Amino acid sequence: MGTPSDKKLIDENGLRLDGRGPDELRPIRIKTDVLERADGSAMIEWGGNKIIVAVYGPREAYPKHTQDIERAVIKARYNMAAFSVDERKRPGPDRRSVEISKVISEALTAAVMVEQFPRTQIDVFIEVAQADAGTRIASLTAASVALANAGIPMKDFVVGCTAGKVEGKVVLDLSKEEDNFGQADLPMAVLPKSGDVVLIQMDGDLSKEEFDTAVAMITDATKRIHEIQREALAEKYKGTEPGGGE
Amino acid sequence: MPKDASGVLSEIKRTFIQEKLKSGIREDGRKFDETRNITIEENFIPRAQGSAFVQLGRTKVIVGIKIESGEPFPDTPNLGVMTTNVEMLPMAFPTFEPGPPNEDSIEIARVVDRGIRESKMINLEKLCIEPGKKVMIVFIDIDVIDFDGNIIDACTMGVVKALSFARYKPDPEGDEIPVPINNHPISVTMVKIGNEILCDPNLEEEQMSNARITVTMTEDGKIRAMQKGNIGSFTVGQINEAIQMSERVGNVVRDQILGEVR
Repeated sequence: MGTPSDKKLIDENGLRLDGRGPDELRPIRIKTDVLERADGSAMIEWGGNKIIVAVYGPREAYPKHTQDIERAVIKARYNMAAFSVDERKRPGPDRRSVEISKVISEALTAAVMVEQFPRTQIDVFIEVAQADAGTRIASLTAASVALANAGIPMKDFVVGCTAGKVEGKVVLDLSKEEDNFGQADLPMAVLPKSGDVVLIQMDGDLSKEEFDTAVAMITDATKRIHEIQREALAEKYKGTEPGGGE
Repeated sequence: MPKDASGVLSEIKRTFIQEKLKSGIREDGRKFDETRNITIEENFIPRAQGSAFVQLGRTKVIVGIKIESGEPFPDTPNLGVMTTNVEMLPMAFPTFEPGPPNEDSIEIARVVDRGIRESKMINLEKLCIEPGKKVMIVFIDIDVIDFDGNIIDACTMGVVKALSFARYKPDPEGDEIPVPINNHPISVTMVKIGNEILCDPNLEEEQMSNARITVTMTEDGKIRAMQKGNIGSFTVGQINEAIQMSERVGNVVRDQILGEVR
């Protein structure tokens, strides 16, 4: 993938363009309750990514033929703002965002107790205000926080991260340059308690050994990211006594 | 107000709002010519050439400005181009739906666009690189992410702030320069409830009123754009009242959001 460039993505000390080591994450910040109207919301800043997620529901599924008599249907809509990328993007869904919306919906369905809300839909609106590589897993990570923020029962969070190959080395959490000029990209999302994989995609070329290293790196990183998710959610209740109200 | 947000307001709430207005005060404690709290975070999207995150009460919009080179329109070969687009995202309100812009969001985008364009805020002549061949195109895109009334003013404030700080490269190899700015238009949107004119209506006030008017003015006291909306009407006297209110409120808002740049 990408085209080879003259730029050196990893220096002689093994450090990457932005100074990170191979298994280092970019800074991640999550905030809940960023919107008033939505039932639940979250904003994630992950490196240069800036993504806002709103959750509405469960509410009656519409149009009616989309209803499932056994469970809630999760409808995620991943959308990129016109100003989110270097060259202005024409507003509205393209094939890429339709696919991402689908894999995100499916990953979230694995975590939410959908069987408790038959015939309903849960809308997860994702707006990428600024894109900086890894938007789908950042969106997913924030979406599970927004769902919890909306008070929707879940078996677990969903935590995502990417790994990839850059100049022959496996590295964690690809930056934009690494994504553009690297040799492989592997976004993955898990349920942190069970370790079950609910999203995995890959493009590029990886040996089996490299794949194992990448997955191990991601698994380790999801634990750190999960901690940030929990803190973001707990932030709202800081200073309140258990059982005592505010 | 977008039609799909025109929900039913309970009778008791209507009566309450009306009774309050009689004593000269609004339901949320504001005076008739008082806006809600305004917070604007400039450079919210560092990747864009200009941007702003606006909170007008509980209404929230993100303005992003992209400046790219392109071809001028054949009838204005030596002028840069500006376009304005407003996305009423489904995340902003329970009944907003995804899809191409409906007539309400097109009207909003056009009123915002007209205020900026007719004020000649951007000096489009200076955005011409090679007459007839190459000019700069200013793409103004606005995401409405949380809706509680008066999108037009939230958008205009954000655009004015974002443009005031926007920088672009006329030559891809060269240095960044500020966007050439002539003035700072501010739109003030008002609604009529009973015979009272209220500025910066929140959603409930928009739902209660049946006539809306937007007056955009520049700091020289000139009226640059107007738009009346909704099915009700205004008397000429009320329109004059609205213009006076626009100037008064607009000056306060302009100082508040741009104090340091002007």
